[in-house]
Amino acid sequence: MPAGHLLSVLIFFPALGALALLILRGDDHVWIRRVALAVSLVEFALSLLLVPAVPVGSSAYHLEELRAWIASPPIHYHLGVDGISLFLVILTTFLTPISILASWKSIQHRVKEFFFMLLLLEVGVVGVFLSLDLFLFFLFWEVMLLPMYFLIGIWGHERRIYAAVKFVLYTMAGSILMLVAIVWLYTITGTFDLPTIQTMLQAGYVSLSPRAELLLFSAFFLAFAIKVPLFPLHTWLPDAHVEAPTAGSVILAGVLLKMGTYGMLRFCLPLFPAASRRAAPLVATLAIIGIIYGALVALVQPNLKKLVAYSSVSHLGFVVLGIFAFNNISLQGAVYQMLNHGISTGALFLLVGMLYDRRHTFEISDFGGLSTPMPRLAAFFLFVALSSLGLPMLNGFVGEYLILLGTSQASVKWAAWAALGVILSAGYLLWSYQRVFYGPVTHAKNKELPDLSAREQWILVTMAFVVLWMGIGSLDFTSRFAASCQNVLTQMERPQAQEAAAPKPAATVVDAVPAAASSTAPAAVVAPAIYHDTVIPGGVPANSAGTKSRNLSSAPTSSPARRNTPASPATPTSSERLGNR
Amino acid sequence: MFPPREEFLRVLPILIFCGGGTLLMLLQPFLRSRTAFSLLALAGSLTAVVSVGCSAAHPGAAFYGLIGSDPASVFFEFLVGAVAFLVILGSASYLERESLAPAEFYALIFFAAAGMCVLASAREMLTAFIGLEMSSISSYILAGYRRESPKAAESALKYFLLGSFATAFFLYGIALLYGSTGTTVIAQMTPLAPGLLPKLGLALLLIGLSFKVAAAPFQLWTPDVYEGAPTPVTALFSAGPKAATFALLLRIFVEMPLAAGEWTRIFWILAVITMFAGNLGALLQTNVKRILAYSSIAHAGYILVAFAASNEIGVAAVLFYLLAYAAAKLGAFSVVAHLGGAGEKRIELDDFAGLAQRQPIAAAAFSLFLLSLLGIPVTAGFFGKFYIFKAALASHLIGLAVLLGVNSVIAAYYYLRLIIVMYMREPKEETAALPFPGAVTTVLALCALATVYFGLFPNHIIAFASNPRLFGH
Repeated sequence: MPAGHLLSVLIFFPALGALALLILRGDDHVWIRRVALAVSLVEFALSLLLVPAVPVGSSAYHLEELRAWIASPPIHYHLGVDGISLFLVILTTFLTPISILASWKSIQHRVKEFFFMLLLLEVGVVGVFLSLDLFLFFLFWEVMLLPMYFLIGIWGHERRIYAAVKFVLYTMAGSILMLVAIVWLYTITGTFDLPTIQTMLQAGYVSLSPRAELLLFSAFFLAFAIKVPLFPLHTWLPDAHVEAPTAGSVILAGVLLKMGTYGMLRFCLPLFPAASRRAAPLVATLAIIGIIYGALVALVQPNLKKLVAYSSVSHLGFVVLGIFAFNNISLQGAVYQMLNHGISTGALFLLVGMLYDRRHTFEISDFGGLSTPMPRLAAFFLFVALSSLGLPMLNGFVGEYLILLGTSQASVKWAAWAALGVILSAGYLLWSYQRVFYGPVTHAKNKELPDLSAREQWILVTMAFVVLWMGIGSLDFTSRFAASCQNVLTQMERPQAQEAAAPKPAATVVDAVPAAASSTAPAAVVAPAIYHDTVIPGGVPANSAGTKSRNLSSAPTSSPARRNTPASPATPTSSERLGNR
Repeated sequence: MFPPREEFLRVLPILIFCGGGTLLMLLQPFLRSRTAFSLLALAGSLTAVVSVGCSAAHPGAAFYGLIGSDPASVFFEFLVGAVAFLVILGSASYLERESLAPAEFYALIFFAAAGMCVLASAREMLTAFIGLEMSSISSYILAGYRRESPKAAESALKYFLLGSFATAFFLYGIALLYGSTGTTVIAQMTPLAPGLLPKLGLALLLIGLSFKVAAAPFQLWTPDVYEGAPTPVTALFSAGPKAATFALLLRIFVEMPLAAGEWTRIFWILAVITMFAGNLGALLQTNVKRILAYSSIAHAGYILVAFAASNEIGVAAVLFYLLAYAAAKLGAFSVVAHLGGAGEKRIELDDFAGLAQRQPIAAAAFSLFLLSLLGIPVTAGFFGKFYIFKAALASHLIGLAVLLGVNSVIAAYYYLRLIIVMYMREPKEETAALPFPGAVTTVLALCALATVYFGLFPNHIIAFASNPRLFGH
């Protein structure tokens, strides 16, 4: 590969930075913080170099690095980035400096270890998103556990040890089953390489029995569902969040939870499509329960941090629902919502952490009327809360809207139930906002609280800027991962399905998008500016002429790339089948 | 007729260990300096390790096919030699602290190591028995080497009584096998007539060896013996005899025509109860040595999973696992041996509180060994477990693989508890740091190096262990 080693550099640069920290004297806090911040900022800058490397409309992996690592069994050091992982990596590298800044003052105890762990965590998370070898993926997945464990366990609040152990045990329980599944998959296919396994399964060189596929799917899914966390596996999350230090919460909510949904998108759907389809009603039900349950629990939370934690359960329910609706819009929505959640909930945790730094409590009843002493913090809080509850023009709206839109094409019932969560989120966020910031100042202590410092303000301005950008310029983002989302759907096609759907030669072209995309056609008319209509410039466009698009033939072409007419018109049956799922 | 010269070269490590042990015993009245004995013992064990190269260069049977050298025996002789070397390196300061006589101690370690090497390279059951007895009897004495301590006496007595039972079972098994097959050469044991007798013999053999590797339901001695024995000896027990006994078990189940098939289910059951017995037992312990003892039981269970798989990957997995396990256990026990302080009084969990603040490097090394035992990636233990998983799944033992996974999660609880105590608890009273002497630091560094190196590059060992002629003639 001529692309060099950018991905390796991205993964291991923070590790180097962490080692550099070890050289510094333990009591030289200022320089430890500066070095950590510098490392994370350079890492962020490096991650931005990925953006031009992933062209709009391409669904392939880029900047691939492939080297043999272990001979027996054949394990490769295989990295690659596509549209989906691109932004998740950037989200990680973006949130890391933010959390370092957020811990500038609040961490005074064992400072060196703290930043060491934070940078090590970044190594694991970036590695997870960039691995294309199942074994390597698992490795980073496990490696990432330890720094988080220490972050919660050493720098957390009162019940930190309980929370840390619970976090690790839950995750390990899931991941060890995933290891069994990975090895089992290896005994069937003879490789750990994700693209190879994908090709083998898709071309039908290897076929899984329905039972085996279901078991494998379940093992992978369980590991990811624990991480997300999907109801009823979510109980570790509130504990972990409440006990974690602010930086830990930001990274945990912002990035770690996304590893679960990313795993579903990257592994569960493409590798085990039949099982995914079989499980979809159950998963969607659990996701909807999670959406509503999380929101209801958030509504009655007396603890502000727990409230945000439960809102995560609710928001991540949306993501899972979007993934298991199996269409391009919902998948784009799911990816978008992952990013949104990382930004909005990350920002909420930052704000809650700032309140904690001042008052050393998370209880809503200890606050009240805070907008009087802290007008700026109150303003930022409102802005972020509105983005989290899905106000149009802000980021949350785009994700939720796309998910609901896509889901309604799969099942109107699901979308209707999920929409309840949107309403409830307005309820718990605004109500808690009212109790914390409005009304008279009830506690004497609260009258004296200082408003945002310059450092805090800059953190929040950055976050608010991203919130706004993602709310208005959503196409900047979706255009880069739309093709990859479509690719997930393409990968879900299996030989027999393809023969039925598109027996034309175009179906064999790797980047060609078969009939599945036709279901995106109606939405293109409704909201052309929000999501990206799946196309490969100069390649085969997504919108094949199925029955549905024929109904909409009067619709203007919403994307310039649609000028190419499709090479393989899908048969009506296939688009019906896909559209009604 | 005197055997030709290369036959001696084939068993050179054993000869060096025997000779070295005897020499140490003879020198005991004449030399007074501890350092001299330590250096002699170190030089002797290092020579033995190096001489493994010599036995590797001369593969083949020796002394009328009673014993021999093949890749498997070379591997285990190297492992045993390295373990003996590291134990000796780590115990010099321990012996001085506890004012124990060095000469006999080192000599006994030499004899035990010789026995283990015999066990690993024997091709005939009675030779194996002699190896087993050599290593066991030396071990009994070593377990009670701190004569003043009642716990050590309990440890030695318990080990001796139960161990004698086990060897009796083993010997009876050999007798029955000899009666039913007419030979004691492992590779030639085919039953003369169909019947229950050979199976019974093999079952008794298995019981005897299960005692030695601490497999449930024959594991009850382990925690007490491990707790009472001097910690460097515990390190030896957990790494050495276990490896050697598993080597013999491997040889029996790979080579003996009689042992083919139908034992999978037995190993399945043994593995499951051993894993659960070890891990559930460890959950309740507060003494670090006992936690590590129970974890040894659990690890025997993991290794038995590979036996249940009974395929070539399983054999390779056992070899790799034993290496990874030996490095981690040796390292962990060396930390405990030193931090236990005079009389090993400070080996409760609470005594490790705040270790990360007092001695960050020791805490980090100990954590590394614990994580390797737990099987977290980038440690050798992870690959060990991974290969066992692979072996189990290659033989379609999905249920067993899942149970192994469940056990890993249970185990995570007590390993993490140790790490929590070191990193996240404040010590109850002010304790002074106990700086590590250079020799112990070297042991820790070597173990840590092996743990990380084989955690990143397991290739060589696996390639070696996948040799189809591992148990050659």
